[in-house]
Amino acid sequence: MQVVAQAQRVPAPSSVGNRWLRDAIGLALIVAAGLAGYWLFPDNLALLTRVIAVALLVLSLDLITGYCGVASLGQASLFGAGAYAAGIACVNGVTEPLTLIVIGAVAGAAAGLLMGTIMLRAHGLAQLVLSIAIVQLFHEAANKASAYTGGSDGLAGLTVSPLFGLFEFDLWGQTAYLFGLALLVVVFVVLKFIVSSPFGMLCRGIKQDPIRIRAMGSFVFPVLLKMFVISGAVAGMGGALAAISTQVVGLDSVSFELSANALVMLVLGGLGSLYGALVGTVIFMGFEHIVSAINPFHWMTMVGALLIAVVLAAPGGLSGVLETITRSARRSKGGRP
Amino acid sequence: MQTVLSIAIDAFAYGMALFIICIGLSLTMGLMRVVNLAHGAFAMIAGYIASYAARDLGLGYAAAIFLAIVGTVVISIPLERLLYRRIYGRPELTQVLMTIGITFCVIGITNYFFGPTLKTIPLPGSLSQPVDVGFKTIAAHRLFVMACGVVVAGGLWYLIEKTDFGIKLRATVDNAAMADALGVRTQVVYAVSFAIAIGLAALGGVVGAEFLPIEPYYALRYMVTFLVVVSVGGAGSIPGAVAACLLLGAVDTTGRYLMPEFGNFFFYAAVIAIVCVFPRGFFGRAQ
Repeated sequence: MQVVAQAQRVPAPSSVGNRWLRDAIGLALIVAAGLAGYWLFPDNLALLTRVIAVALLVLSLDLITGYCGVASLGQASLFGAGAYAAGIACVNGVTEPLTLIVIGAVAGAAAGLLMGTIMLRAHGLAQLVLSIAIVQLFHEAANKASAYTGGSDGLAGLTVSPLFGLFEFDLWGQTAYLFGLALLVVVFVVLKFIVSSPFGMLCRGIKQDPIRIRAMGSFVFPVLLKMFVISGAVAGMGGALAAISTQVVGLDSVSFELSANALVMLVLGGLGSLYGALVGTVIFMGFEHIVSAINPFHWMTMVGALLIAVVLAAPGGLSGVLETITRSARRSKGGRP
Repeated sequence: MQTVLSIAIDAFAYGMALFIICIGLSLTMGLMRVVNLAHGAFAMIAGYIASYAARDLGLGYAAAIFLAIVGTVVISIPLERLLYRRIYGRPELTQVLMTIGITFCVIGITNYFFGPTLKTIPLPGSLSQPVDVGFKTIAAHRLFVMACGVVVAGGLWYLIEKTDFGIKLRATVDNAAMADALGVRTQVVYAVSFAIAIGLAALGGVVGAEFLPIEPYYALRYMVTFLVVVSVGGAGSIPGAVAACLLLGAVDTTGRYLMPEFGNFFFYAAVIAIVCVFPRGFFGRAQ
């Protein structure tokens, strides 16, 4: 996986104040886009809430693949762990939505700890295979334990009590959507702090050259495992949000397909960029909603062609393209004083 | 005793069918260092061609197999030229993404042309009847698959260990730059072994259709299985692939016979255990 790192450019150092401003603008854009979605598509709020839940999953994948260089095709196991934990808790009488999110995060973090412990034993291809095997095992386990998870019928009958005792989760999904949006914004801010902390920088260092980091006196394994736990918590929150908003937890939330799609969304948006994860998710799921309604096989062809095009033409994804454009624009502006 | 025997025979036949498909993938991954997740897609193309030839054109089984292999190799040549060439030596993640993309395209396009139904490849009369082998009667098709697997393994072993081409192949695997400098035309070696790999995938796809039915999501459904087998066996190793196929075939078949409600549980549990103990696979070379 070291080679993955070489494709990644080190971000140009920018002054601290500049960065704060940029992040504030980015956050404002996310909130604006979220609210715009609320006003523009009032009939599709269920879909938009699903987009937010999947965006959390893709963000969590970005943490380990984009920032640590550990490619995973099994991220949905963390998402599913959160979803099922929240679902089971809800069926058994814990109906407070914020508590459910916390339960999802804890379950996801525990799954992340387990998955990290197993996956970090191997490198390269074996690691990828382990991640696939783990998600398939989770899938079979969820299918088997139908007394708790409902098996292939899914876990239904979740009734979530009103948020703060005031806002009912209504039929149109307005509460669920705004709740999800708020959750996404909070998680995004926290992750922004994490990835720019010394710990986040250490992770990027490991991605670029683990041997050198080890030679500098850091332990690689605990750092990566910590990131796995954080990533699991984020994915678990996504799963819990999906469970709360749809009031059903299906087997598809721990599927290889969801994991592969998450990776595609991340690569489309751009590895190693939190904004890229969001952009990739929104674009992918938007197109999926439109095209797969026409013919699911056209959708597969299109995703395939898109993937090939991204790999060949824009290895940095959409955010990479955007960065190149802004940089060349800045350079040409600097060229003509 | 009867159960043990029938499990053993089914496991062996299933393992051999897996082997025919996976050995091609093992070659591409060991030799060209390409993680070709689209390998199953080529087996699927072959299955569709064979089904079309046998059912709609009314050709015989042998002719259908031949046509499927030739057709699949012909389809793979432009793909190799245009797409695979660009990802040789690139990071694994890039290769995984590109080949998943190819898989999706193949699934989408195949289903556009052939429709989203399960395709069967009708067996000739001589292969569909049971054969008495003394202690037990076995479906002739199972024997045929086993024979194919043994022939493929033996043929590949001979090709790689005993022929001139095999020497060049092994030299290229060990050190491509040095082999190139010594006058081995590595591009030709790559192209030929890619074609062999695809041809074997095609053969396996058709012959193994009884075990792995040809259906719209074939390439995606078994992609993981093939990848797992290769990484358990160790990329580029024939004995490793044989061992992995037989072992995983046995685990899978036994699990299905004795505890069918658990599905693939034992298969993946075995995979995690093996990969944890042997991170490079049974016979993988150190990197």
